[in-house]
Amino acid sequence: MRYTGKDWLLAGLTGAALLVILLLLFVLLGQIAWHGAPVISAEFLTEKPGADMTSGGIWPAIYGTVFMTLLMTLAGVPVGIATAIFLTEYASPRSRIARAVRMAVNNLAGVPSIVFGLFGLGFFIIFVGGSLDAILYDDPRPVWGKPSILWASLTLAVLTLPVVIVTTEEALRQVPRELRDASLALGATRFQTVYMIVLPNAKGGILTGVILAVSRGAGEVAPIIFCGAANFLPYLPTDLRDMFMHLGYHVYALATQSPNVDAARPMLFGTVLVLLVLTFSLNLLAVIIRARSRAALRP
Amino acid sequence: MLRARQNHWVFLALAATLAVAGCTSGKRADGGESSPRGADSTLTIKGSDTMVILAQKWAQAFMDANPGKVLQVSGGGSGTGVAALINGTADLANASRPIKDKERKQLTKRRGVDASEFRVALDSLAVYVPAANGIEALTIPQLKKIFRGQTTNWKDVGGEDMRIVLYSRENNSGTYAYFKEHVLDNEDFAATAQTLPGTAAVIHAVSKDKGGIGYGGIAYAEGVRTVKVAAEGSDPVEPTMENATSGKYPLSRFLNIYSAGEASGLAKEYLDFVLSDEGQKVVEGVGYYPLPKEAK
Amino acid sequence: MSETVLDAGEPANAPAAHRRITLRPPRAKSKLASSFHTPWWHRAAERTIAVFALAAIAAIALIFIFIAREALPMLWEAEFAEEVALRDLFVPKQWHGYEDPVFVWQPVGEPAKFNVVPLFIGSLKVTLLAMLMSVPLGIGCAMFVALYAPRAVREVVKPIIELLAGIPSVVLGFFALMVLASWAQATFGFRFRLNAVVAAIGLALTIVPVIFTISEDAIQSVPKTLTEAALALGARKYQVALRVVLPAAIPGIAAGVVLGFGRAVGETMIVLMASGNAAVMELFDFSTSVRTVTATIAAELGEVAQGDPHWRVLFLLGVMLFAVTFVLNIVGDIAIRRLQKRLTATS
Repeated sequence: MRYTGKDWLLAGLTGAALLVILLLLFVLLGQIAWHGAPVISAEFLTEKPGADMTSGGIWPAIYGTVFMTLLMTLAGVPVGIATAIFLTEYASPRSRIARAVRMAVNNLAGVPSIVFGLFGLGFFIIFVGGSLDAILYDDPRPVWGKPSILWASLTLAVLTLPVVIVTTEEALRQVPRELRDASLALGATRFQTVYMIVLPNAKGGILTGVILAVSRGAGEVAPIIFCGAANFLPYLPTDLRDMFMHLGYHVYALATQSPNVDAARPMLFGTVLVLLVLTFSLNLLAVIIRARSRAALRP
Repeated sequence: MLRARQNHWVFLALAATLAVAGCTSGKRADGGESSPRGADSTLTIKGSDTMVILAQKWAQAFMDANPGKVLQVSGGGSGTGVAALINGTADLANASRPIKDKERKQLTKRRGVDASEFRVALDSLAVYVPAANGIEALTIPQLKKIFRGQTTNWKDVGGEDMRIVLYSRENNSGTYAYFKEHVLDNEDFAATAQTLPGTAAVIHAVSKDKGGIGYGGIAYAEGVRTVKVAAEGSDPVEPTMENATSGKYPLSRFLNIYSAGEASGLAKEYLDFVLSDEGQKVVEGVGYYPLPKEAK
Repeated sequence: MSETVLDAGEPANAPAAHRRITLRPPRAKSKLASSFHTPWWHRAAERTIAVFALAAIAAIALIFIFIAREALPMLWEAEFAEEVALRDLFVPKQWHGYEDPVFVWQPVGEPAKFNVVPLFIGSLKVTLLAMLMSVPLGIGCAMFVALYAPRAVREVVKPIIELLAGIPSVVLGFFALMVLASWAQATFGFRFRLNAVVAAIGLALTIVPVIFTISEDAIQSVPKTLTEAALALGARKYQVALRVVLPAAIPGIAAGVVLGFGRAVGETMIVLMASGNAAVMELFDFSTSVRTVTATIAAELGEVAQGDPHWRVLFLLGVMLFAVTFVLNIVGDIAIRRLQKRLTATS
């Protein structure tokens, strides 16, 4: 097809839009890689930060992030997968309950992250934690009713629920109908079909969803500011009631509250780089797994 | 098919083991499973950003001298620390301003005890300008006008023709509250004052802004100049240790630690350490002033 | 009354009336038939799934309930009424030390001033500015990728934009604070280094992937028959793009814009780090600092005692924020559903 002058103009304008975005992304990643790479070393990744936050490493933050996302996954993924199974296998798409669940999932995806923080505070810490304290202990000092890694993980599990549900649903739909029909025709119950045929075939997609959820949860900071993250802890969290350090929160704390912003710059960039590398590799992994599982399902 | 089911049980068993392990590892030797964790071996200290580096250094020194005890320090502002004390999520609160009556009442209401105040160091609340700014001294009435937004140009106070850009703290900061009470006579800051979450952020912003002016604890003075402050009717005084100790510098203040009720156990040990000669040496190392002999 | 069961294939020698007749499938005696009996744990598992599925609904309900629970007592609490009159949350007031009635948010002070209007103005300013930047960029990029770019470019660009979408907002806030702010001040000569423009640029980086993805999907979903018909009638490609494809994709693009707006309003970390956090009541000057609703909650919640009037106002802000994004989501949902209806109707 011949392009006229106006075609070139339109293509040029829209191409320029693409270039602006790519340029910004390039500057962003470039700056972080440029300033952060010199800081990364074995010590940086395995040591505690120094007391004034301008030296040492970020190991507790890495540990805290990993521990918290582990808990978050354990809590959220089963619920998310169950919901997706319900929506695709059991509920009829036009039924009221399916529509209600779908609407709830969409709304959950749109709730601001700080509102999740308020939810974590108002529900988990004050209500659940406070009630646990009232039932179990006499001491007025709160044990469960204060910020901890448990409540932070649960809050983030709720936050990442939509990610898991949507990707799992997509994965379940990819499984060809014929497989389900064949299984039912052979006399399996619906649950057996789901459990032995559909789920194993949707493994890749489900895994994608879990990884995307982990990536999202590892990066969210606003919900955990007052649900359990701390800027300097002398110990690693081993108990569910401990507070924890977190890569994203560490970036925030260093960037805004460190005693000497210029001296902390190297550590800041290093931490950001680590966080980005973590997020990107998780996302990349998810993309690869999704592509491979799609290819595997093609007849 | 059978194989798939077996794998599934294995995974479930693994997950259950992890969960159980996670829960039981918390019941350390703290004297029984029903007591709140770490009543005697963990101390949570929250509060003033002005004091957070000092507190972290104290904590480090204390932990080095007393292995097995764990101290957890975080910032957030004096208001945050006192609120945490009231809510019960902190054992000690660092505060760069005195506790308010309202807060005392809330503490009594929620935790049934009175607040105990411990003065632990001395600080000069300094007014900072970028190194290139030539202003030597400002009076407190001038500062009030500047920070209320009524004086907007440096030339009105003897400087260049440049707009004044105000850098202030978030309202949970004790430094903010102290400045508001003693310089602004409890009137409001200008709405255009940029609020930054820590003194370091204020200093950083001021050092990068030719027309900037900010305030904060004396220990953060890197890359910026301090301005001599004159109380109404007096001479300008520089924020130094002697002037603060003698009381000549009008904006000198005590840095405090508050506890709910009488300090006991680990809290008392920590406070004893802080008030000892060793603890006060740490204060000097950070850049604040040790308590004058009379105040101890 | 006795019951007679008719087995298929057996002669029915049941007497007349007063018998209930039921039908049962043939009783096969093979081993396979025993698997017709559903193990109890299958049904239990299915019920568990059904219960778990309600979690999403429960979550939304709980979020709203428990945030409102912390805010609601402000309507009747005496402690609250002492400090704050509900009107003063929204209406300008002449405070001591000011010359005119003003909207002021200074919750720490004697008396505390809790007007929330500057905060919402701040959120709106940053969001609108961010939308102004990201909507043309996102739609333009989507048009290029969907209409003009060769397939290879599309295969590369889509993952790159997904990469951008995956960047945590704290990293974008950090980028805005450390790099963008200095650049913007050097380029535009702002008086305040951290202001609405800087925060908006950071926000735009978050919204662009949302708008791009949804717009690109919408443009791709326009039925090829429309394009082909236009081309057959002699239209140039740019005319097809601007007059046929784009209008057909507008519902989807609009849904994307609404979702992007909701996302921007709710974004916390970027504005917390890069907007200057000054509760300035200024409608048109974008070079002033702003204080958004989200940043206020994040910055101040740590400092308040539970049950304090300040606490209640912050939770009220949370309720209002939740309501706004809830409404925006529903609007976006309806728009997408309309789009689906329209497209399936025309194809």
